[in-house]
Amino acid sequence: MKEVIHTPVPYIEEEEYHINMGPQHPSTHGVLRLVVTLQGEIVKKLKPHCGYIHRGIEKMCEKDTYPQIIHLTDRMDYLSAHINNHAVCLLVENALQVEVPERVKYIRTIIDELTRIQSHQLWWACYGMDLGGLTCFFYGLRDREKILDIFEQSFGSRLLHSYYAPGGLMMDIHPDFQKNVKAFIKYFRKKIKDYDRILTGNVIMQERTRGIGILTRDNAISYAVTGPSGRASGFSCDVRKHYPYACYDKVDFKEILYTEGDTLHRYFARMEEMRESMKIIEQLIDNIPAGDYSAKMKAVLKLPAGEYYQRVETARGELGVYCISDGNKTPFRMKFRSPNFSNLGVLDSISRDTKIADLVAIGASLDFVIPDIDR
Amino acid sequence: MNSFFKYFTDIYSGVKSLLTGMSVTGKYFFSPGQIVTEQYPENRKKLLMQERFKGEVIMPHDQNNQHRCTGCGICETNCPNGSIEVISNRIDSGDGKKVRIIDKHIYHLSMCTFCGLCIKTCPSDALAWGQQFEHAVFDRAKLTKTLNKPGSSILKGIE
Ligand code: SF4
Ligand code: SF4
Repeated sequence: MKEVIHTPVPYIEEEEYHINMGPQHPSTHGVLRLVVTLQGEIVKKLKPHCGYIHRGIEKMCEKDTYPQIIHLTDRMDYLSAHINNHAVCLLVENALQVEVPERVKYIRTIIDELTRIQSHQLWWACYGMDLGGLTCFFYGLRDREKILDIFEQSFGSRLLHSYYAPGGLMMDIHPDFQKNVKAFIKYFRKKIKDYDRILTGNVIMQERTRGIGILTRDNAISYAVTGPSGRASGFSCDVRKHYPYACYDKVDFKEILYTEGDTLHRYFARMEEMRESMKIIEQLIDNIPAGDYSAKMKAVLKLPAGEYYQRVETARGELGVYCISDGNKTPFRMKFRSPNFSNLGVLDSISRDTKIADLVAIGASLDFVIPDIDR
Repeated sequence: MNSFFKYFTDIYSGVKSLLTGMSVTGKYFFSPGQIVTEQYPENRKKLLMQERFKGEVIMPHDQNNQHRCTGCGICETNCPNGSIEVISNRIDSGDGKKVRIIDKHIYHLSMCTFCGLCIKTCPSDALAWGQQFEHAVFDRAKLTKTLNKPGSSILKGIE
């Protein structure tokens, strides 16, 4: 047997010390614990400790039928609840080779983009707050409220909707849905200018985040950092463009790419994405075709035995759902490739040799949702 | 000389960007018509929830205290977390056949995740969403509810 030689690595160098950031730290946006090794004020090493909000969702899926799994996926990345539902629905529909009505595809695309906007609004609100601008928080939440009202009117809830069902939707959209979405787009086009005036153009914010936490394109690819964070480094990874689903092949939108990869450009990427999302919604909202809101589905769904994979673009990156079915009504194994978990992996390498105060800015720009990391 | 100029242009652009931001906050400060805050506990009387709002699962009864539930138990099998227990009896319907009749439809609000599957799959549309959202109680047992009212019966013609 080959002998394994361990070279002892000193856990801590001279003049270094650890501090715990979290699990109850406002800037980690949830229960994430970062053990930061510092030398003075400089971050030398960083170790994330996950699992504080682990609920075993993948294991729970193994005892649930496919329609029941939908409501569990809401609870992973709760800010992109609809998009998570979409992933499981697409997986089941593709496995059963069900053709969903055109109306469903339109509605799903619109709702996915609304979800993306409200997620980015909350991110913008928290980003401003983490950098010391509390006003942003109120403005961001005020505008997010408008989307949540639209959601509440059509689906009955504000955060965890469980609105998609395999084959279509749970119920039809509210008759006022189109009118309200159009009113919101008109309203938000005005308000996003305020966002720019209050934070984007602000010298303090720009100087504090420019050149901080640089993620190179190679690093983004090798750590699989997807979503706006990856695209700010020039990694073209938009699932909506590369593997279009629902209506994304019909609409015209830009994939936002920057090459700088620093905290400021991750900010720009998200701001531009909100504008692109509004563009997508505007193209679809007036021509939702009439028809059924769900395809005819059997009462008990059994996927044919085999392996399935489906990916979608959530507000934070690529969500992959991998499912092994043995022909029963419950999956044999369900695995979620959550975007936040991969994005968290890169935090150590991009925050080395920055100040601990900058770590807050870097963390805010990666936009973590902790329940999605732990699942 | 260059850095000297840059020093002053930096100050100028910095002050300008701050003033731009302040003009936004100032605009809202001086226009109280745009206040969106709701005074929650005080506005209870006129607070209207959306008609589809998912507050809790209820079983609507008509004025004769009749509901539509047959006691089939489909909602119970479809609930992902066992929030529903259907207890039904079999009684003689008079013409020699045994029919099932609901005894108790128990709903654990404390376990419900508001997925809506029970309401969607009920074959006789016996369940609906209620708009009540203030669920805080001092005793956990109060969150276990019996949805069919005492003395209620099934509406004629529901199979
Ligand atoms: S509520 Fe509906 S699904 Fe549940 S037992 Fe009654 S009739 Fe059956
Ligand atoms: S809404 Fe979902 S969790 Fe709640 S009782 Fe109905 S099926 Fe169960």
